[in-house]
Order: sequence, then structure tokens, then C-alpha cells
Amino acid sequence: MTDVPLLDARGLVRAYGRTTVLRGIDLSLAAGETLAIVGPNGAGKTTLLRCLAGLLRPAKGEVRVLGALVKADAPESRRPIGLVSHHSLLYDDLTLRENLAFHARLHALDAPDDRAMAGLRSVQLDQKADALPRDLSRGMLQRAAIARALLHRPTLVLLDEPFTGLDADAAERLRGLLAEQVPTGAGMVVVTHQPAEVWPLATRVAALAEGKWVLQEPKQGTPDELLARLRMGALA
Amino acid sequence: MSNLEQARALVKRGQVMTVIAVTAIALCAVRALLFTPVERFQGPAQKIFYLHVPAAWSAFLAFGLVGIVSGLYLWLDDRRLDLFAEASAETGTILTAIVLITGPIWGKPIWGAWWVWDARLTSTLFLFFIFIGYHSLRAAVHDPQDRARFSAVLGILGAMLIPFIHLTVYLFRTQHPMPVVARPEGPTLPGVMLLTLLLSLGAFTLLYLGWTTLRYGIGRVREAREELHDATA
Amino acid sequence: MIRLALTIAAKDLRAELRSRTALVTALAFAALVLVLFEFARDPTRLTAALLAPSAVWITGTFAATLTLGRAFSTEQDHHAMDGLLLAPVPREAIFIGKWLGALAFALAIDVLIVPLAVLFFNLRMTAEALAGIALVLVLAKVGFTAVGTVFSALVAKLRSKELLLPLLVLPFLVPPLIGGVQATARLLDGQPLSDVSGWLRLLLAYDLVFVVGGLLVFPRLLDE
Repeated sequence: MTDVPLLDARGLVRAYGRTTVLRGIDLSLAAGETLAIVGPNGAGKTTLLRCLAGLLRPAKGEVRVLGALVKADAPESRRPIGLVSHHSLLYDDLTLRENLAFHARLHALDAPDDRAMAGLRSVQLDQKADALPRDLSRGMLQRAAIARALLHRPTLVLLDEPFTGLDADAAERLRGLLAEQVPTGAGMVVVTHQPAEVWPLATRVAALAEGKWVLQEPKQGTPDELLARLRMGALA
Repeated sequence: MSNLEQARALVKRGQVMTVIAVTAIALCAVRALLFTPVERFQGPAQKIFYLHVPAAWSAFLAFGLVGIVSGLYLWLDDRRLDLFAEASAETGTILTAIVLITGPIWGKPIWGAWWVWDARLTSTLFLFFIFIGYHSLRAAVHDPQDRARFSAVLGILGAMLIPFIHLTVYLFRTQHPMPVVARPEGPTLPGVMLLTLLLSLGAFTLLYLGWTTLRYGIGRVREAREELHDATA
Repeated sequence: MIRLALTIAAKDLRAELRSRTALVTALAFAALVLVLFEFARDPTRLTAALLAPSAVWITGTFAATLTLGRAFSTEQDHHAMDGLLLAPVPREAIFIGKWLGALAFALAIDVLIVPLAVLFFNLRMTAEALAGIALVLVLAKVGFTAVGTVFSALVAKLRSKELLLPLLVLPFLVPPLIGGVQATARLLDGQPLSDVSGWLRLLLAYDLVFVVGGLLVFPRLLDE
């Protein structure tokens, strides 16, 4: 069996206007790992995630998922990827069922309507299958977004600050949801600026500041210890 | 040579070329007015032709280059190509305005009308519209990469459009013959007039090259300054 | 690829049928403008039949221009466009899907205003003439909506998009408009289709150039 890493990104450089947001980032992830990326606002976390997802073209460097180079004109390279971003990516004029079925069709999944219903059931939204996104609460919208992102059973799941705005109960529910619904053997990258939220799920942590890694290590200790170490590092 | 030095050299070269070109155009104008015979049927008004035709040639050259460079930018992603396209578009807009102004000035005594919808003038008018669209688009986009990419799309599609407009209006006119527009050109143009025309053509081409190099150089200087500023920050 | 394009077009159609905003508004607008042409002519100098081709074409293309924006404005809901870009779908398929949607809209408008024009302007239309005019309308709209789709994607995130889109797109209207009006006028006059073959060839050439051009340019346009 070939030892192809799930995710292998090298030398990512990305600028926005005249500011360089990513200054040569390397990142690799194996199946089953969950990487938590922490860092202050403006560190480049969202940019990094979008580069990994293939939505942004890095000025330099490359991203490989399961060995295939991720780029705009290689649609198949994106098949294993799922992204949960700040936005739900749902259409306001389609019901949840129609939204998910559309996603299923884009991924050429069999029986798209059945898959859509199954996806909604997995997040306890099957009762709302015929509701429109505008009639849903924020929490429901996020669950629908996750159902949509995971519908095609991606092996690389990218999440951009999924815990923002959730209270402790909702965060616990989300962790449970991710633990159940993300396919076994998949890899996850979770961007957060509150490491405590994702701590139980994480196997590795990394910290990004001003476009560069300041830390990359297996998860150890407590989230507060990590934050303390980062703060000391920042002052040094 | 650093980027900034290179850019400054371009600006200098552009300035020199422009000055020479403007002088050359002035000399051509003198030659046209005083030393070239008056055309028999059109009278003195015809002399505007020595400004109008070369300006038209340069305007279309500017536009053609915007089209080609836009295509290259989409393929190669080099910022300098975008800067050149922007410079060429600026020059092109001015030249096109000259064509559109001199056309009616020449035309009124000859056609009897301030404007005719012949293929060439119509294409030039739409060239002007596309240049205006190009500048409006650039002004509306703030991210430099997006601006370069969007302008390039307009540049290349616009370059594909103008020949179609020309062809369409030409076909339209052959179906609807209108009063013949007298234009002295080609082999019927006697030697001394041809020479004036060619000299003016050369001068306008030089003007295009000079002004575009100048504007391109200024764009490069701005970029180089920003790079230095970011590097030291 | 075509299947994915049709999936996208079908999704847009379904969303449109549910909200019904753009289509009904566009049709009502087109009907209104067509009627305005009647009041904008001097009946003693210009017969309705003479004005009809211009009225049908100007109305149809202006209304179509206004609907071009919706192709990508619906993708701005919750950043849905990212969903399309994340999926294993070639960008050319997105172009074709959106283009077919825009074309369907433009032709729906024509399907309304041609009979209205026959009614309001009292036109004598034979079956052959109608078939010929239908062909001309389709040929013209194919190329025009292809260009319109490219620019619609381009202005989608810009603030001044309502003004900018028509400014950029209208020059591209000129060749299909001239060809379309000339061919329509002749066909209405009773001339056979063979008489307008020159214009048909022009429209076809325009379509080829701008559909292929659109396909080549669109993927790069969506780069971020």
C-alpha cells in the first residue's frame, strides 16, 4: 500500500494586495489525524484553509490531497475535500432537501434525494427538510451546512472557526456531531482561536502568526498551557 | 539594475520619445499645411486627414496590443503585463478621442454631415466605448489581482468584438448604399501626399510608443516604490 | 460535463420558479417597453410594421441585459458560489450551466414579445417568416448571452454592478442586433430564409467566437 499522505501542502505563499498573508507554509496530515490551528486574527488561518480547499490559488507552493495536485482545472482533486466555512453555502430559494440534493448531484452521488434526506437525518433536521434557509435559526443553519459539507463523505474535512458564537452546550453538541459524522479515517483541520473548543477532538496542534508557523506539535497538556506558551513566545 | 532603476529608465525613455514624437507631429503638421498640395476635390479641409488617419492607426494599434497583452496576462499572470495594458489603454483612449474629433471636422465639408455610420468611424466609436468601459471597470475594482484579471477579460473579449462590429457595419452598408464617402488613399495618392502621410504615421506611432512607455514606466515606479516600502516595513 | 451543466441550470430554474421574482418582472418590463415603442412613433411618418423589427429587438435585448445579472447574484447568498467551486465540477460546466439559464431567460422574453408585437403592431406573419425569425432570435441570443454570462460573473461582487454590467455588455450587442434586425425586417417582408443567409452566417460566426471565447476565459476569471 502506498504511503501517500492525506494532505501534503508545501511552501504556500499567498498575498492580498501588497500584504503577504502566508509566508511559506508547509503542512501535512495523515488519515485519522485532527489538527487544530490556532492564531490571532489576521494570522492567515482562513486564507490557509481556503488554499487547502482549492478556493484560493497560492502564489507559490502546492497542495496535494491523496497525492493529487489541487488546482482549479483538476476538478477530481477536490472530490475528497469538504469545507465548513463561516457561510452556509446554501441557496435561499431552495429547501434544505433541495440544497443537499443539489450538492449530491454535483458530486455525482447515487440517489441524490435519498442521500439528502439521510444527511438531514444525521443532523436531526429531517423535520425541516422542506424549510428554506431563511426560516432557520443560526444553529440549525450551521447543522445544515455541516450536513451539506459531509454529504459526500469527504476524507479531508476543513472547518473554519465552527465554534464561533456557540454556547457550551451547542459546542458540546457540535463536537459530538463531528465525532460521529466525520468518516473514520478522515483527517480534519479545524481553525479556531479558542483551542479549548476543539481540544477533545484534536490530535495535533499548530499555531500560526503573521503567515508563519510558530509551533507544530502533537496535542499535549491543556489548552490553557498552550495559550500560555504562545503568549510567552510572543513576548520573547 | 533594481526594479526602481529599471522603471525610472523607462519613464525617461518614454519622456524623450514623447517629446520627439510631439515635435515630429508638429513638423508634419507644418509640412501638411504649407508644403503639401491641396487636394483637388476636398480642398484645405482634407489636410486633417494627415492627423486623422495616423491617429486612427495608432488607436487601433493601442487597442490591439491591449488585447494581446490581456491574453498574455491571463496565461502568464505577470503583473507587468497588466501595467502595460493599462498604459496602452490610456494612450489608446486619447488617440481614439482625437480620431473621433478630427473625423467630423474633416467630414463636415466633404460629407455634408457631421457624422456618418461607416464601418471605420463606427468601429472607432465603439473602440471608445470599450476604452471607457475598461477605465470604469478598473476604477470599480479595488483588489489589484482582481482588477488585472477582470480588465484582461474585457481587453481580450473587446479585441474580439471590434472586428465583428467593423464587419457587421460594412455588410450593413453594402446592403444600404449611402452617399459615397470620398477618401483619397492607396495608389491614387500622389507621392508628396503619401510621404506626408507616412511621416505623420511614423510620428503618431512614436507618440503611442512614447506615451505608453511613459505611463508604463510610471506604473512600474509606483510598484517598485511600494515593494521597497513593504520590504523595509 | 453537460450533465453537470444541466444540473446547475436546473437548480437555477427551480430556485427561480420558487421565488418567481426575476422572470415575471422581466416579462412585464419587456411587454411595457414594447408598448412604449408604439407611443414613441409618429403614425403619419412611420408605420408600425416598419418599426416592429427594431422594437422587438431593442426590447428583447434590453430586457435580456437586465436579467443577465441574476445568473451570479443568486450565488452570493451565503457565499454559495464557493459550493460550486469546491465541488468536483469543471469551471466550464459552471459557465455552460449559467449560460443556458441566461439563454432560457432571453428566449422566454422573446417568446412573449413576438406574439405581442404581432398583436400590437398588426403584423402579417406567415409561418415561414415566424420560423425564420425564431431561428434568427435564437442565433443572436446564443452569442450575446455567452458574453453576458462572462461579464455577469465578472461584476458579481462589485458594488456598481447594476450600472457596470450594461456598460460593458451593450457594445457586444451591436453585431447580433444589426444582423438580427436586418434579417427580421426582410423575413417580415416576405423574403425567403435564403435571402438572409449572409446575416445568419454572421450570427453563427459571432456565436462560435464568443461561446468558445467565453469557455476559454471563464475558468481563469473565477480564479481568486
